[in-house]
Amino acid sequence: MKILVCISNVPDTTTKVKFKEGDSLFDDSGVQWIINPWDELALTRALELKEDAGNSVNEICVIHVGGAGADATLRKALAIGADKAVRIDACPADAYHVAGQIAEFLKENPFDIVFSGIESSDYNGSSVGAMIAEFMDYPGISSVTAVNLDDDDIQLSRAIPGGKQVLKTETPFVAVVQKGIANEPRIPSMRGIMMARKKPLEVKAAAEMDVLTKSVKFELPAEKGACKMIESESAEQLVDLLKNEAKVL
Amino acid sequence: MNFEFTEEQLMIRDAARDFAQRELLPGVIERDEKAIYPTEQVKKLGELGFLGMLVGLDYDGGGMDTISYVLAMEEISKIDSSVSVIMSVNNSLVCWGVEKFGNEEQKQKYLKPMARGEKIGAFLLSEPEAGSDATSQRTTAVDMGDHYLLNGTKNWITSGKSASTYIVIAQTKPELKHRGINALIVEADSEGISVGPHENKMGMRASDTHSVMFNNVKVPKENLLGEEGFGFKFAMKSLEGGRIGIASQALGIASGAYELALKYAQERKAFGKEIINHQAIAFKLADMATEIEAARFFCLKAAWLKDQGKPYGHASAMAKLYAAETAMKVTTEAVQIHGGYGYVKEYHVERLMRDAKLTQIYEGTSEIQKIVISRGLVD
Repeated sequence: MKILVCISNVPDTTTKVKFKEGDSLFDDSGVQWIINPWDELALTRALELKEDAGNSVNEICVIHVGGAGADATLRKALAIGADKAVRIDACPADAYHVAGQIAEFLKENPFDIVFSGIESSDYNGSSVGAMIAEFMDYPGISSVTAVNLDDDDIQLSRAIPGGKQVLKTETPFVAVVQKGIANEPRIPSMRGIMMARKKPLEVKAAAEMDVLTKSVKFELPAEKGACKMIESESAEQLVDLLKNEAKVL
Repeated sequence: MNFEFTEEQLMIRDAARDFAQRELLPGVIERDEKAIYPTEQVKKLGELGFLGMLVGLDYDGGGMDTISYVLAMEEISKIDSSVSVIMSVNNSLVCWGVEKFGNEEQKQKYLKPMARGEKIGAFLLSEPEAGSDATSQRTTAVDMGDHYLLNGTKNWITSGKSASTYIVIAQTKPELKHRGINALIVEADSEGISVGPHENKMGMRASDTHSVMFNNVKVPKENLLGEEGFGFKFAMKSLEGGRIGIASQALGIASGAYELALKYAQERKAFGKEIINHQAIAFKLADMATEIEAARFFCLKAAWLKDQGKPYGHASAMAKLYAAETAMKVTTEAVQIHGGYGYVKEYHVERLMRDAKLTQIYEGTSEIQKIVISRGLVD
């Protein structure tokens, strides 16, 4: 059984976000890039499934749509334990474009399971996984918090408001995974980093694909107001400020 | 000249940073305060390969270069130098010596488990009356024909209690002075070894520093490292590399304190503005950042020389001296920038200041580094 894990290359979560070209483009100068945290959890679960001797998972491939700047991120995925990496050499325009590129790869290189993080921590589109399922006509299961394989008996759990839903499906399928799918992302070991050197990172030409949307402008959220610190024993001052300054009482 | 790190070196730095944030930061204050040995943390450090990262792949190590080692040591020391000292001693004093000068049998038996992090190594040189003056070894290893008989006391031994493998420097032929000294691999559970109480230290309180006593301990002849009489040279060569580890540790302590001070200075307000906007604080931070950068260059230069197979003893002494002095100065300023908050444990900088002090003392005091450097000037 083969698992494909979709990887987004996103700015480190502590990045100070800036825009350029009339606020229409993200300014990536000086940015540290990381594996999208939800994709990292997906990769972790894929590795757990492969390590469980009871399963027949024998290959984990990570895939990314983007430029050569993402190669370091893909190497990290290899160092963590993925067997191979594929980068579709295209500038990712929107979710449709990214999902379309991955679907074109899947048509030529079938996988049994496709994992995609529920969203990326940069553009938060939450669409790629579902679109891959649609392109491929695969079952697409969203908000997945558990995947268990027992021979052909594949069971998934989904988070739903106030509880969870357990469902079964057959390969091939797309699981859009979220927090809970794996415990904690792994730190690459020294040996893993050395091994990553020798693992294949294949760069493939992009397929012809329409771009359906165009980003026009980004806006940052309004700056937070100044915070007033009040000593714990000054409750009267707090009431006074809420009443006369904030006028909420 | 090339100031760019490789993709691999950056990955190692990031892995060390993630490990430090995730595994070392939680509980670091309590471990320091109660002097609790970081058993779980050291185990995980070993599983990731950091404890043997400099050892070649053939001997189950990480096969990494010394530049990567500097980067990893800095990141781990930013958070917990009680852990990084265990990593430094295991890598650059113990594993390095066995890999460089040990025979194949010794490497298979002792190096591999240490490189895998399954066993910890300790380096036993200092004595109650032989610290900086390492030629005055009182510990004796008398040649008994088929074994050495070891007697004496070693002081200030990092991992003294947790280590399974000791490298002991001892005098075999006193008439030859330092040319009569040997380096022996000694199994810590050998009969006749006793370990003294945990030293109640000012800093790096979670690492286990002990005295180790030898009373008629039989050491097999095959455990001699290198040739007869090579022990003093062995110790000095090991310390040359060890200094890169401790210099990188000092660098990490300094940069950890600086990062906390920079963050605090951007948040804390006084007289209507963030204190970083007061020149008195801004200039302190400018000095701290500049000196840390210089210390980093010293460490990387020494590491680069070692990786190139060039002499690095002079450079590593400069790195150790400068980084240790920088660590003491920067951590003191970090406490000052924090004001009263810097003097309490929750803000970490007071611990870093206590830890910094030790980097000026162990593996060669700052004064000893100056002797090494000044002798190198006229050689």
